[in-house]
Amino acid sequence: MKLSQYLAAIDGKNHTPALDPESIEISGAYVSDMLSDVMGSAKPNQAWITIMKHLNVIAVASMTGVPAIILAKGNQPDSAVCDKALEEGICLISSPYDTFTLAGILYKMLNS
Amino acid sequence: MAEYWYIAEGFEERIKDFQSRKTEAEVNLDFEIPEKDFNAAGKGSSELKDLLKRLGVNSEILRRIAVASYEAEINVAAHSKGGVMYSAVYDDLIHIRFQDDGPGIEDIDQAMVPGFSTADDLVRELGFGAGLGLPNIKKNSDAMHIVSAKGSPTLLELFIYIS
Repeated sequence: MKLSQYLAAIDGKNHTPALDPESIEISGAYVSDMLSDVMGSAKPNQAWITIMKHLNVIAVASMTGVPAIILAKGNQPDSAVCDKALEEGICLISSPYDTFTLAGILYKMLNS
Repeated sequence: MAEYWYIAEGFEERIKDFQSRKTEAEVNLDFEIPEKDFNAAGKGSSELKDLLKRLGVNSEILRRIAVASYEAEINVAAHSKGGVMYSAVYDDLIHIRFQDDGPGIEDIDQAMVPGFSTADDLVRELGFGAGLGLPNIKKNSDAMHIVSAKGSPTLLELFIYIS
């Protein structure tokens, strides 16, 4: 599924506007706030839904091959984090919804 | 000093061959990892990943190298007084050594148990410290070697074959 479709469904804001969500494919998501858990279990082409928004989150996504990070509960990344995400080619999105709702919406979209 | 070896099935001979190898690495990359600096930790893995990507290493193998080396860098920053990441790129494998300045691992077998962690609050607040670092390194490596003892420096080596 295109990330742009999901972005529209979660009232998401793209903090890396130079990256086009239309051209990013996601096959699912991994939901976790423990970084090693993400590195151990998230798969490439999955979005990562989390409330963590510091710099290491971008490094973890980059090492794991995750193409997009969805920050839940309206968490806003600071500009250094947005710059790093852009540099690594990772689409950084924030949404007002909580992680349960974000995962639920994506699950429904992928399975209908 | 206590020693721990993990060698994935089928890699025993290749690791033995590597240890008697006389050839120099094609590329060496060294990075300092300062204590508790979680922004500096990751630079080594990131540069290594970029280099290997340019060399055309398969993306799944690249992912394993990136995850294992990043976990190891975070370990050095989180648990030691600082150390160095030495990466050596050969035509058939990547060999990475992490040498720190202590204070060492008291019980390596216990440190290998998923969920066991001695991480402090700062490390946990960042979302690390789940006790999954060493198990993740093992899972992504073809071989892994640790030499350590309480009060001593730690050496962690990992081997990932690219062909």
